[in-house]
Amino acid sequence: MTQSPILSARGLVKNYGRVTALDNCDFDLMPGEILAVIGDNGAGKSTMIKALSGAIQPDEGEVKLDGQPVKFASPIEARHYGIETVYQTLAMSPALSIADNMFMGRELRKPGFMGNVLRQLDKKEMQRVAREKLSELGLMTIQNINQAVETLSGGQRQGVAVARAAAFGSKVIILDEPTAALGVKESRKVLELIQTVKARGIPIILISHNMPHVFEVADRIHVHRLGRRLCVVRPDECSMSDAVALMTGAKSPDGAEAA
Amino acid sequence: MQDASNVDSQLPTSDTVAKFDRGPETLKSKLMHIVYTAPAVVPLFVLLAAIVIFGLLLGDRFFSPFALTLILQQVAIIGIVASAQSIVILTAGIDLSVGAVMILSSVVMGKFTFDLGLPPAVGVFAGLLCGLICGTISGYLVAYWKLPPFIVTLGMWQIVLAANFLYSGSQVIRSQDIAEQAPLLQFFGSTIKVGGAVFTYGVIFMLLLVTALSYVLSQTSWGRHVYAVGDDPEAAELSGVNVRGTLISVYALAGLICAFAGWALIGRIGSVSPQAGQLANIESITAVVIGGISLFGGRGSVAGTLFGALIVGVFTLGLRLLGADVQWTYLLIGLLIIAAVAVDQRIRKASL
Repeated sequence: MTQSPILSARGLVKNYGRVTALDNCDFDLMPGEILAVIGDNGAGKSTMIKALSGAIQPDEGEVKLDGQPVKFASPIEARHYGIETVYQTLAMSPALSIADNMFMGRELRKPGFMGNVLRQLDKKEMQRVAREKLSELGLMTIQNINQAVETLSGGQRQGVAVARAAAFGSKVIILDEPTAALGVKESRKVLELIQTVKARGIPIILISHNMPHVFEVADRIHVHRLGRRLCVVRPDECSMSDAVALMTGAKSPDGAEAA
Repeated sequence: MQDASNVDSQLPTSDTVAKFDRGPETLKSKLMHIVYTAPAVVPLFVLLAAIVIFGLLLGDRFFSPFALTLILQQVAIIGIVASAQSIVILTAGIDLSVGAVMILSSVVMGKFTFDLGLPPAVGVFAGLLCGLICGTISGYLVAYWKLPPFIVTLGMWQIVLAANFLYSGSQVIRSQDIAEQAPLLQFFGSTIKVGGAVFTYGVIFMLLLVTALSYVLSQTSWGRHVYAVGDDPEAAELSGVNVRGTLISVYALAGLICAFAGWALIGRIGSVSPQAGQLANIESITAVVIGGISLFGGRGSVAGTLFGALIVGVFTLGLRLLGADVQWTYLLIGLLIIAAVAVDQRIRKASL
């Protein structure tokens, strides 16, 4: 680990009343890697992810992007820094088209009078970019870029959400349980998609409960327990049952990477 | 659970996620698809069918430029108010105060001009501002206080209507006085005659308004945001849409449009009357629903609303010319409302 992390956090604390969700939590994401975050329910992993994506503001601690300290007041601000999150709910408007959804909140306007004065959207350009982004990720089974998102299958919706994140996320992509709601085949497709995004050099944070999926795609696994990072393990040096034992507290970390 | 998901790593990876097995396109599935992509075609079809049927039954008495443009004049006020109602309902809200805001705005226009002695242009401006303020208050309460739109606008309806009666003292400003001293107030009553066809400025304003709103809703990011907020506000928020700003602007714009309707109302009835237009809120919701806009938000178009308003107008005039009891109109409108909502439910179910 000679590289410096692209996104890191030190000493994050978040209290909800008398409940401590984050207890001096550390975090490191290296360039170009897939980092899986695992942990039991209530371990505080989603709180940590929210703190990294701007959805909540930690009470204490520091987040650094590219070595620079940053503070995100909202997910939109985090997006401006190139951190895109794919939420478990996908955050898409079902009745609107794929292209509309991909550009929601950052629409392109036509140049010249029509765009500047009449505020007309450049639908052709948005459709072209959307189609390009989908085919880059091998999602060409989606035939019509203007079809409503609600007419897509669960896996296709996930694909569109990931494509949206990949299209705009220049620094980091956070995927929250991308395979939780999917069938076997669709999960497979999404895992391939994650590899494709990684191959383009964008690091990914993958939150998942699915151990086989985590062990298949992750380069490193961040084990979260009781509001902090328990340890980081490598999938080739650790068995699945050991990882589960670590996150449930049945086993203590002993490796060199223990944090 | 872990064992089961282990299996999936042995599956072939080249498979596509899902193909679109639509099967052979039947007439029914084609129709469903058209209705799904453009819900306004249903009210348009009903409108054209109604015009043809009444035309066959009544002949020239109905099927003349004069009678058909008379329908336009009769629906102009409701059409304008229903346009305001449309954008609110597209955000999955509702505005019960539209009629009251319309009347108060027209009363402000009249009172400022006649009681305060201000120039008519200033009076009109004050009336428009009044509508804008009423809408902005509703929007603020809905967006920031997260109060249900139904309750907020139910309250606004009462408040605005009471303010209207208190301020006006229930007094009517007579048509002759307006025509003599402040003809600007009756601006929308002016007409353009083309052959037998008569277009008031109010009708032209309604058509321009619907055109402008259609453009804004389909061609600008604000319009896309209105649909997204109505569809799923949380998803819109996470996608980076300014949900609160969008909601406030929608209610504020609706208030302003209602104020224009108040101005057009003076042109239509000639006088400024605090008692006019009492049914405008219910009639505007009727037009919106018959026009195929979903009360659950995010689906439909303003063009559909215009068709909805025209359907009501065609039924009203057609049945009156046939000499039928006016209650038949209400009965048919009631059937149409229920049919329209049934179609909406079918579309929403097909989409899930």
